[in-house]
Amino acid sequence: MTTVAGDRKLKQKVRPGRILLGALAVVLGLIWVFPVYWMLNSSLLPNVVLQSSTPTWLPFGGSFDNFTAVVNGGTFFPALGMSVVVALVTVVFCLAFAFLAALAISRFRFRGRTSFVLAVLLIQMLPAEGLFIAQYKLMGSLGLLNTVIGVSIIYIAAVVPFTIWMLRGFVAGIPADLEEAAMVDGLSRTQAFLRITFPLLAPGLVASGVYAFLQAWNEFTVALVILQENSSQTLPLWLRGFIQQSASRATDWGQVMAASTLVAVPVIIFFLIVQGRMTSGLVSGAVKG
Amino acid sequence: MTTTSEPVTAPPTASAPAPSAPRKRRGRLTPYGLLLPAILILLLALGYPIVWQLVTSMQHFGLAQQFGRPAPFVWFDNYITLFSDSYMWVVVARSIVFCLTTAAVTVVIGVGLALLMSGISRFPRIFLQITLLLAWAMPVVAAMTVWNWLFDWRRGVINNVLTSWGLDFQNHNWLQNPLSFFFVAGVIVTWMSVPFVAFSVYAGLTQVSTEVLEAAQMDGAKGPQRLRYIILPMIRPVLGIVLLLQIIWDLRVFTQIKLLQDKGSIASETNLLGTYIYQLGVGASDFAMASAVSVFVLILTIALSWFYVRHLLKEDQS
Repeated sequence: MTTVAGDRKLKQKVRPGRILLGALAVVLGLIWVFPVYWMLNSSLLPNVVLQSSTPTWLPFGGSFDNFTAVVNGGTFFPALGMSVVVALVTVVFCLAFAFLAALAISRFRFRGRTSFVLAVLLIQMLPAEGLFIAQYKLMGSLGLLNTVIGVSIIYIAAVVPFTIWMLRGFVAGIPADLEEAAMVDGLSRTQAFLRITFPLLAPGLVASGVYAFLQAWNEFTVALVILQENSSQTLPLWLRGFIQQSASRATDWGQVMAASTLVAVPVIIFFLIVQGRMTSGLVSGAVKG
Repeated sequence: MTTTSEPVTAPPTASAPAPSAPRKRRGRLTPYGLLLPAILILLLALGYPIVWQLVTSMQHFGLAQQFGRPAPFVWFDNYITLFSDSYMWVVVARSIVFCLTTAAVTVVIGVGLALLMSGISRFPRIFLQITLLLAWAMPVVAAMTVWNWLFDWRRGVINNVLTSWGLDFQNHNWLQNPLSFFFVAGVIVTWMSVPFVAFSVYAGLTQVSTEVLEAAQMDGAKGPQRLRYIILPMIRPVLGIVLLLQIIWDLRVFTQIKLLQDKGSIASETNLLGTYIYQLGVGASDFAMASAVSVFVLILTIALSWFYVRHLLKEDQS
């Protein structure tokens, strides 16, 4: 009884402080999200309003005019197309290559396994800044500058190491016993794999695929050197064009923010998906039943 | 929201059991066959460039080479030139100071937010987590355009608010003075990186048992004492890794710096290692010097990453 009474006293003493801390958290959250809010807010306001000397804090009376202007500007769709194609090519090849490699390192013991894992982990830390000049020369000599293939090859190589590491966790989480049990029940190895392992692996593939997609979609450094022609721009390069313009002349910030919103929204949605999937228990329960 | 606490960049290692029994029946070459596609693409897109860079960094690239003459071998001359060039040291020092300062500020704020999250009730915590996630999810180039707009000298909201507080920030150009340029860059990089730190450390904090904390509280340990003697030692592994990753990541801030320079600041006064390589290689076509700086950056990164990789492998084996 004494401990309960002590507990209660403690909680009562703490409560006002807790509310203050809660308020502090809300204020900090508002500060942190402000740039994101300001992007959406400005994207809905006409330039005349944005250029007035007092900021408009709420987008009341705003419209989607900025979005229509940006989308109909003529440069958006080519850049969108380029980004989508590059991202999809990267995802498909990256998943295929990484899956095979993850299978090798989690289902087999072989000479060089540890060195391979070590190499993969180190490679994944290499910065694009330390490689892009050489990659630019490489693609130049292969005649692949300003092409989807050229930039995709670099993206696949950049994303594959981490994807292997991520998928390895998922593959290792699926007990091989499960597959073997299915084979005892009369399935062939391929059938066992397709019917048992693959469905369990699907969430892992989705998470890794979204990861690869986000990397390719957001990438700027390599794109800047490999895709120098305007006609082969991806969305990040297209957005950069607006910043460059703003250096020399008054910018229509409403349109720039609408453009940023268009680039950011799919990313935010995918990001929230991958966040949730990363930790879900994947195979928990699959063996118990 | 607890499911969101795993940082996307950290591999899911903890729960994975050790690889199951080796398969002996199958061909010995099978694993190598499975690895082949990944190895080939890595050799092409990373291996070849690294070798090319090592070779090129020991050659001389002048005007003649831009017109196709083969580059003569000069061994370590470029490195000697590079490291006796005072500008290189300015860039290196700038990069390191920027990187360490930003990483330290990021980790301090991130830990602060994580502690705050663990000390408040459900609603404000979820609110804070959602706002952090939104900031984290922003693509870097979109975030850069927004920050360029926030700090815009003509109509930026930051100048406006500061002016309305009675400070003289009317038409103040933040990006003109190198020091305030790096302040802005630091604010942006910190804003982007704090969510990762906050979520990772918060995940670590949820592992600290409440029983131990309550016991300490009953024994009379005050808040700061509990933080110093119980909480910090228990989350030290997470803290170490997060700080290391921040340092590695803050060395590679090419995108942020480049996009701030695009807004019209003087590149030579605001270059960090990444933009310096870009300027040497793409701007001046001096591939030998660009390669030498690149090799330096790669070696620096590998040296720093070694600790991180060792940690991952250790966690993988346990």
